[in-house]
Amino acid sequence: MRIAIPMNDKNLDAEVCPSFGRAPYFLFYNSVTKESEFLDNAAAASQGGAGVRAAQVIADYGVKALIAPRCGENAEKVLSNAEVLIYQSIPGSAQENIEALLAERLHLLTEIHPGFHGKQGV
Amino acid sequence: MKIAVLSGKGGTGKTLVSVNLAAVADKAVYIDCDVEEPNGYLFFKPTSIDTKKVTVQMPYAKAELCNGCRKCVNFCKFNALAYIANQLIVFDKVCHSCGGCALLCPKKAIFEKEKEIAEIQKGVSGNVTVITGILKVGELSGVPVIKMLLDVQDADNELTLIDCPPGSACIVMESIQDADYCILVAEPTLFGAHNLKMVHELATLFHKPHGVVLNKCLDGQNPSEELCRQEDIKILGEIPYDEVLGLLNSKALIAVRENDKYNKLFDSLLQTVIKEAQHETVVNS
Repeated sequence: MRIAIPMNDKNLDAEVCPSFGRAPYFLFYNSVTKESEFLDNAAAASQGGAGVRAAQVIADYGVKALIAPRCGENAEKVLSNAEVLIYQSIPGSAQENIEALLAERLHLLTEIHPGFHGKQGV
Repeated sequence: MKIAVLSGKGGTGKTLVSVNLAAVADKAVYIDCDVEEPNGYLFFKPTSIDTKKVTVQMPYAKAELCNGCRKCVNFCKFNALAYIANQLIVFDKVCHSCGGCALLCPKKAIFEKEKEIAEIQKGVSGNVTVITGILKVGELSGVPVIKMLLDVQDADNELTLIDCPPGSACIVMESIQDADYCILVAEPTLFGAHNLKMVHELATLFHKPHGVVLNKCLDGQNPSEELCRQEDIKILGEIPYDEVLGLLNSKALIAVRENDKYNKLFDSLLQTVIKEAQHETVVNS
């Protein structure tokens, strides 16, 4: 299973980035081969629609599970159409979040925010 | 002559200044470009209203024609399109209606449908033609409405007051684009001076001749006035912080139609603005 996590740093010990669409990097983790790969998020600097673009990339990578602290409604629409499940991250590193997901300790993200649409997030 | 009235923040007196300048003129057009919250019409109470719908084009794809090449998705700088599970998804609220996707599609699979985003009302209030843009609740961009508002006006040679939205973003840039002169309205506070600085930069960037009206003036320090002196910005006039004016405003009455003192004040301000604007035209031509 391919897992994606928005990241501030290209490091498994780094924490999960609070923003999905505007995270600087994405971590792709393959739970079978245990390989990880970091990708620059081309959507990070978008004027608008960063969530849509980022979700498209996640879907194109064949990701089955996204771990993120929150997700906007546009990104959620893309991800749900692509049948990507969104799990709510827990405080801690990407590594800890992956372990928690594989141990079935993460919950599906239930709250989808209406998006910031150009406004600064909190 | 087109005169835009703007300010860096809401509540400084853009509507007060533009409404009263239009009302004090022999004949004028007043355009309310503050389409998210238009309020000039509350003062003018125009009659013989003529209504027009503002629509924009929204793309949609015919799935049977689409081959999934994603040229449209990659082209869209606003990221309004996604291609997921063999289907093109359009995000209406992210789309800026540029039409690029439909033009580019090699399979001609993208069509456009009209979407109503606002209404424009044109009416009359005595000597003033009142044109108001009203953006629908939930719509994100008023820019297409402003484009159409500024087109609605018939004659170029008429005195036109453009009541701009607050701030200095796209919607304000669109509003001042065709203006011959910009009036910047400022409050006598540090925050007011900060916001004045922003619109001053905007007007300078757009090479628009401009001057400042100091509103809500009290005795004592006025940071906005100090900024004008430092930056050598023309001060067109001052409006006092006055209970009489506040009361007239709170009743949605037009000061120049009710009160002699304010009729004189705004008449003299209008003459100053016209003189300044004409002077700038001569200097720049």
